[in-house]
Amino acid sequence: MAGAAVKAPPLRDYPVIPILAPGAMAASRPYAASDKMNEALGFPGKLREDWKSRALDKMGELLEKYRSLRVYLDACVHCGACTDKCHYFLGTGDPKNMPVARQDLLRKVYRRYFTLPGKLFPKLVGAEDLTEEVLEDWFKYFNQCSECRRCSVFCPYGIDTAEITMAAREIMNAVGLGQKYTNEIIGKVHKIGNNLGLPPRALADTLETLEEEIKDETGLDVRLPLDQKGAEVLLVTPSADFFAEPHVFSLIGYAKVFHAAGISWTLSSHASEAANFGVFIGSYEQMKKVALRVREAALELGAKRLVVGECGHAWRVAYSFWNTLIGPFDFLDARYPAPQHICELTHDLVKRGAIRFEREKNDHRVVTFHDSCNVARGAGMGGVPGGQFTIPRDLIRASCNHFHDMAPETIYDSTYCCGGGGGLLSDEIMDLRVKGALPRMEALKHVVDAHGVNFMAMICAICKAQFTKVMPYYEFDMSMVGGVHQLVGDAIRLGERH
Amino acid sequence: MLTALYASLFYAATAVLVGGVAWRVLEYARAPAPLPIPTTPAPMTRAGAAGRVAREVVLFESLYRSNKWIWLFGWMFHVALALVLVRHLRYFVEPVWGWVAFAQPFGMYAGFALVAGLTGLWARRFLVERIRYISTRSDHLMLALLLGIGLSGLAMKFVAHTDVIGLKEFMLGLIAFDWQPLPADPVLLVHLTLVLALMVVFPVSKLLHAPGVFFSPSRNQPDDSRERRHLAAWARD
Repeated sequence: MAGAAVKAPPLRDYPVIPILAPGAMAASRPYAASDKMNEALGFPGKLREDWKSRALDKMGELLEKYRSLRVYLDACVHCGACTDKCHYFLGTGDPKNMPVARQDLLRKVYRRYFTLPGKLFPKLVGAEDLTEEVLEDWFKYFNQCSECRRCSVFCPYGIDTAEITMAAREIMNAVGLGQKYTNEIIGKVHKIGNNLGLPPRALADTLETLEEEIKDETGLDVRLPLDQKGAEVLLVTPSADFFAEPHVFSLIGYAKVFHAAGISWTLSSHASEAANFGVFIGSYEQMKKVALRVREAALELGAKRLVVGECGHAWRVAYSFWNTLIGPFDFLDARYPAPQHICELTHDLVKRGAIRFEREKNDHRVVTFHDSCNVARGAGMGGVPGGQFTIPRDLIRASCNHFHDMAPETIYDSTYCCGGGGGLLSDEIMDLRVKGALPRMEALKHVVDAHGVNFMAMICAICKAQFTKVMPYYEFDMSMVGGVHQLVGDAIRLGERH
Repeated sequence: MLTALYASLFYAATAVLVGGVAWRVLEYARAPAPLPIPTTPAPMTRAGAAGRVAREVVLFESLYRSNKWIWLFGWMFHVALALVLVRHLRYFVEPVWGWVAFAQPFGMYAGFALVAGLTGLWARRFLVERIRYISTRSDHLMLALLLGIGLSGLAMKFVAHTDVIGLKEFMLGLIAFDWQPLPADPVLLVHLTLVLALMVVFPVSKLLHAPGVFFSPSRNQPDDSRERRHLAAWARD
């Protein structure tokens, strides 16, 4: 795809379900991981003679290990409820991007080798042999799923295509067909400590520079401490927050919140990454290994609270999986949830009146909020169902005067993926990323036209990176993208304690 | 001869249905759920999660949100099927329970709703391009099978009455292992044969959605991940 001109589909006033365009995305194929990248994660370097039996063995193993996979492969009745729910289908029209059709890519092989009717009458029940063509389809189309779980909201049995995609990626990794972007990054985390390969020295320099910038802006000594033993809070945040824009503005926002509330905090060079791409490839082992650094850092630094920055899938892993993977957190202060989202922390302070805002500082902005999929459908906040929707919006309303939600069928748990989640934030599949953003872009266009929205806030590093890249294709300015704590940081009152 | 054939088939089909479903349910129950994956927002307690599953089973809550037409046809079919099944209990118990007697008229007309629902669902497989694309031969056959059962049943009630007294004696005889003659009515035989087929395919087909819906982790798990660890046996060090 690289080099071919990527064009955004036109934004329509009223989204319609596309007519099927078979094969429309058959050319969308991410780079395969190199032998070295696969081997670094303990996977075979490349396809070997016996790949087929290995793949089927792995499928059998996963069926024993995951109830979700077993139930989801059996339960689908092909009702079609999910067929118009995937942003990649809506943006591309490729029928294999309908969730049920994507699942069927794996299901047909499951039926062929693991069910009686599939063994006896494959044609009748849509069962198929595992061939190189099927494997190639898997590699393409299970890398056109961002594991956003929107389909699972609408399925009468809660079938979650993300679980199927994760299983398929696990099987592909087990036979040596890894995806470069994801596997390379997981390798970097193991080797250097974060997704971006930023070494501790460079991180320290970056934080110092940021402190100087804040001093220039505010005249105050707002600290961004690194590896500070005895700090109350260990903040784990996506490494993009350290230097990518607009991510870094949220990092500044967190620092200002801690400063204003007088909470001692630190970042860790050992766990300088909240992202956990282990989840994208469905690997329990990788996910656990990546997450363990956080536990080690918290113990090493003697932190009493674990707080996670603005990162969607990281929050899903932290909220939903950390306790299981790297818990129990009995060494932390039991008065706070473990882990805690930075939005929960800030929200608490706002409620208690411990921090205050000059909302006028954000008066040049008309803000909307993009719910990130992993936060919306894979995690929670605040200890009440739906807290993940109200808490970030409360923070925006506390720090801004102008806020408008996008259409109800595109927010909360119906939110559309940014188009770059689930390990697809790679440039060789830009065509897919641009088209996958279509439903969100259409919803955004409505509030831009109706209310003059000029800022879309979010709490996910991948969403931020994806939107800044694809929004220009839709003729939106990339400066419209930013974090909730960017808004918080711009309006928070500093230098006074309450 | 006919009686012996159908009696044996009913025993065999019942064994396949009960044994097969029990085996699949055991498989689902035994497979671990190593990570909490409720589709959020989810209830925070087990009781709440049970309520969520109950709403899915009784009201098809998610489907209602998803697609009103599929919900309408699907829900109509399933509720009608439940009523029809209740009505059919009268062929298996003597004396007939009061509530089964009460349900008779509802069950009778539910037969039409059942056929209407199935027709709507089948029509979608032809008329909606996306659903046509995902439909397999077995999807069509399953609908044909159910529709055949529904239509042959309605035919015996509203077109050509069958010997229900003889049928009931046959069924009670099956249960008591004291075979009584099966009325040799062709429509009845078609009806019974299709039912036998349905019983046999149940444990190896998509009809497993019936037990499956109770085991779906995205629906039956509470949102308690920060409070409770979900460590599976295979994931322990």
